[in-house]
Amino acid sequence: MAAAALKDATAIVGIGQTPFAKQLPESEKTLACRAILAALADAGIDPSEVDGFASYTMEETDEVEIAKSIGAGDVTFFSKVGYGGGGSCGTLAHLASAIATGQAGVGVAWRSRKRGSGPRPWKNTAVQLPTPGQWTRPYGLLRPADEIGMLTRRYMHEYGATRDHLFNVALACRNRANQNPAAQMYERPMTRESYMTARWISEPLCLFDNCLETDGALAAVVVSAERARDCRQKPVYLHSVAQGLPAQHHGMVNYWNDDPLSGPAWTAARQLWKQADFGPEDVDVAQIYDAFTPLIPLSLEGYGFCGRGEGGAFTEGGALEIGGRLPINTSGGGLSEAYVHGFNLITEGVKQLRGTSTAQVPDAATCLVTAGEGVPTSAVLLRS
Amino acid sequence: MSDTLLTPVVDDDGAPFWEYTAQGELRIQACANPDCGELRFPPRPCCPHCQSFDSEWRRMSGKGRIWSYVLPHPPLLPAYAEMAPYNAIVVELAEAPRIRLVGNLVTEAGAPLNSVDPSRLKIGARVQVVFAEIGDFTLPQWVLER
Ligand SMILES: [Zn+2]
Repeated sequence: MAAAALKDATAIVGIGQTPFAKQLPESEKTLACRAILAALADAGIDPSEVDGFASYTMEETDEVEIAKSIGAGDVTFFSKVGYGGGGSCGTLAHLASAIATGQAGVGVAWRSRKRGSGPRPWKNTAVQLPTPGQWTRPYGLLRPADEIGMLTRRYMHEYGATRDHLFNVALACRNRANQNPAAQMYERPMTRESYMTARWISEPLCLFDNCLETDGALAAVVVSAERARDCRQKPVYLHSVAQGLPAQHHGMVNYWNDDPLSGPAWTAARQLWKQADFGPEDVDVAQIYDAFTPLIPLSLEGYGFCGRGEGGAFTEGGALEIGGRLPINTSGGGLSEAYVHGFNLITEGVKQLRGTSTAQVPDAATCLVTAGEGVPTSAVLLRS
Repeated sequence: MSDTLLTPVVDDDGAPFWEYTAQGELRIQACANPDCGELRFPPRPCCPHCQSFDSEWRRMSGKGRIWSYVLPHPPLLPAYAEMAPYNAIVVELAEAPRIRLVGNLVTEAGAPLNSVDPSRLKIGARVQVVFAEIGDFTLPQWVLER
């Protein structure tokens, strides 16, 4: 009953973004305001109507600063979702719940981050958390790339996945970025040789298995389905939303439960599909969180596009390219468009269902968007 | 930024682990409810199986197998960058394969994190715990079983 109440009850009616670059001169707050005002203009909604906000706990710009800058009215709902990029789709889920239950009428989700200009988060040894950092960092397991590299090596060992499978992921994202003038990697093609000879970051992961470092901001506007019909843009409905924290999960260092290779994607997927009118076979295009290439095969398995251990093989034969079995990350994703904690995957999903992507999948009517895998996560199913 | 190797930032739940390593013992937290007795790692206030708050620290043999490993390359913190590429491994304990510890494979206790030739790292390789003093802490490290 509660699930049915959320299905298609709300829609994304506006999206906005700043340029993406390794370094932008403006502050995170300014970038956030630009992205949000662009999203509201896209929707044709006056900023004074905004009464709901959702972002990430890692977001440095807060509702107070944003609301007074953009000229929002009285705000009656605001929330933050945790776990870095795991929270991206959770912001939409929170807004959908709030709007469907009457706590707000016009919701804005956003992410603004100067990760390109700023310090690498893992360099800050002062804030290392006692748990679980005490069990990992002294041994030189310092960065997310090391933590995910550990799971990747085990995954390759158990299922026979190869570097070529990871290359297939990196290549699909790079090919789409080369169709997208806004992408940081636009006009920078990748070859198998450039991938295979790239420097290591944490073996078995090389430079091109890692996402970009980006300055930029994005935003989306969510309203009720009823109101969406009167907005400027074609509504993109939030068909199903889910968060996922599996039993006995340990975050990115998920080495301590019975089955470290089945991550939060599996939990989010069960909830997502349970509420949906369609299944993985009906998804026209997917935007899958790609901080690291191995998150794609792991997520393909978790969200049910293939069986356990089959995620590597799934990438073969151009499956992830336009015209393939499941085109993914059609803006270039975090690997080749911009890494802003996955919010560009949300806006690209909206563009696909509006029919305005730079790498349009013909007649796309359904899109899966996922958040960070390997951390407590979230996902949404969009439909036109 | 740190110029030395990082030492553990210990919390209440983890403190006994480090007290035992200082005595040269590898001990893992276990439920002290006699009807349960399940091991758990990382340590936490209560048992996820039976919800008991009673716990004990059970001594392990110190034998295990490599479950996975990485070879980190720069950019890294300076003390680690000097040794790169080095290894970081996950060891599953022989008597409790689902208890896994992150560590380093070294040639002997206290040897550098890059002291073992990377070609000797294999998933499934049998290893034995040794203990090395780093700053004020005693860290478990691992050597290949002979
Ligand atoms: Zn118990």
